[in-house]
Amino acid sequence: MIEFQAVTKRYDDGTVAVDHLDLTIEDGKITVFVGPSGCGKTTSLRMINRMIDATSGAILLDGKDIRAQHPADLRRGIGYVIQNAGLFPHRTVLDNVATVPMLLGARKAAARGRAAELLATVGLPAELGKRYPAQLSGGQQQRVGVARALAADPPVLLMDEPFSAVDPVVRDDLQDELLRLQSELGKTIVFVTHDIDEAIKLGDQVAVLRVGGRLAQYDTPAALLAKPVDDFVASFVGRDRGYRALGFLPARQVPIGPVASVPLGTPADVARGRLDAGWAVVVDTENKPLGWVSEAVLSEVDGEIRPEHLISGGSLYVADAEASGTAGTLRNALDAALSSPAAVGIAVDATGAVVGGVTAETVLKALADARRSGEVPT
Amino acid sequence: MNWVGDHIGDLLSVSLDHLRLALAPVLVGLLLSLPLGWAANRWRLARAILVPVSGLLYTIPSLALFVMMPLILGTQILDPLNVQAALTVYTVALLVRSIADALAAVPAPVIAAATAMGYRAAGRFFAVELPLAAPVLVAGVRVAAVSNISLVAVGQIIGVGGLGYFLLHGAQSPPNYPEIISGVVLIVVLALLIDGLLAFAGSRLTPWARVGPKAGARR
Repeated sequence: MIEFQAVTKRYDDGTVAVDHLDLTIEDGKITVFVGPSGCGKTTSLRMINRMIDATSGAILLDGKDIRAQHPADLRRGIGYVIQNAGLFPHRTVLDNVATVPMLLGARKAAARGRAAELLATVGLPAELGKRYPAQLSGGQQQRVGVARALAADPPVLLMDEPFSAVDPVVRDDLQDELLRLQSELGKTIVFVTHDIDEAIKLGDQVAVLRVGGRLAQYDTPAALLAKPVDDFVASFVGRDRGYRALGFLPARQVPIGPVASVPLGTPADVARGRLDAGWAVVVDTENKPLGWVSEAVLSEVDGEIRPEHLISGGSLYVADAEASGTAGTLRNALDAALSSPAAVGIAVDATGAVVGGVTAETVLKALADARRSGEVPT
Repeated sequence: MNWVGDHIGDLLSVSLDHLRLALAPVLVGLLLSLPLGWAANRWRLARAILVPVSGLLYTIPSLALFVMMPLILGTQILDPLNVQAALTVYTVALLVRSIADALAAVPAPVIAAATAMGYRAAGRFFAVELPLAAPVLVAGVRVAAVSNISLVAVGQIIGVGGLGYFLLHGAQSPPNYPEIISGVVLIVVLALLIDGLLAFAGSRLTPWARVGPKAGARR
């Protein structure tokens, strides 16, 4: 547990970066500091490992004041991931990862052995170990940065805008990877970002800070979206927060209706007889969705339905949440419905096979029911 | 060319002398420049003094510096130490600035990461900052070594020894051209040899500086 007790950081020129911050960070959770530039989020993070010393107040790590230890010793027990990875250009990937164990006195062979394991943990092939950082892509470098921070198995991990410099697709991969890692490792992670979407995706708890280093709201992502405490938080969380809040509501109540489906290779005239409201989803031999055909499309087709006839489908809604581990939410269900050319979202099971369809109306009705029963905060 | 054949032993032993005279100051100068360069990078005031002063020192003509040394060191006018000290000054003058600049060029996130990993200041300097400054440092050392190899020849005017002897001795009347040319060629060969060796050693020391992104690695 990390406790901020009335922590203030005032610089010599009088700027207050952090103002009387009181905050308790729980063990084994991802806590995100988010806010606009100048809100003191990075300063707050760097005070935990004493890269910056607080002007007043105290920070306790597991009940002990962090000033009780030499800063270098404190830091060896806290993993740190920096923006752009900050890898040592003159050391191989393996030696970069082995840095902290070596500082703690591990033998070179043992430290490198551990480093090789960690490369696998963060999803990097072993042969990258001999390369230098300049030979890696940005996303790979960032993974090495995470592996390096984990090398001495610290209970606490500080992450300072670690994914902000990579392109959106890679960032999404890295975020998913972090969530997967965290589900295995259960570290106490403090994560700084200026991106509210990243905060909401990753955080168990999110601390929204305002310019001048004051805490605006400290809450779960769902509560932040549903009940922002003031206009600043509401505007920071963003315009479509109502829609994004659906991402935290399980879609258990949404009824899955039947959907017209035809196998690929079905003769067009047979398929025409099976359409529902002018549309049918085309499936492969394992009943996985391939795309849609409509009345208009089929009238142009002679003979069998082939792949080039298909209209591409929308996002898929995974209805069997238990099996796949990715819980289907109202947002998934609604997006599936809205993005489908037939206005019917395809619900699939854990194997990806079609089990039925959902419409926007059924999703909204489920939401209204949930609100009435008090399941959703209003 | 009979002269060369008759004096081959002399030419080789004097070449070794020449190298010793030129390179010992490079080593001493390097050891002196490291703390000075570190200080110039660490404190703005130190930089404001050290960098211009070292630049100024390099503009003093070598012969003038050689004959000034006895005044500063209290040595005899023909003491070889005068030339060694003067060449050390030139080496320091060349290296202080490049060490300060090389240390300043170490990326801030790398230094922050090293600090956050738990390096203390001294450990971080030797494990991270100095290795990253190495390519620039080696370049500076190469310039200093080549420059010293040529300047030692000038030192012969105050009788320090080395290959300059063949230039002055051969230039007496009547001139002995094989002797002069042998001296000149050997100085050039030594300079090229040492420069090449340093370049090779530098590239072996910094394999990471020679790598670029591998095809297909970017994403």
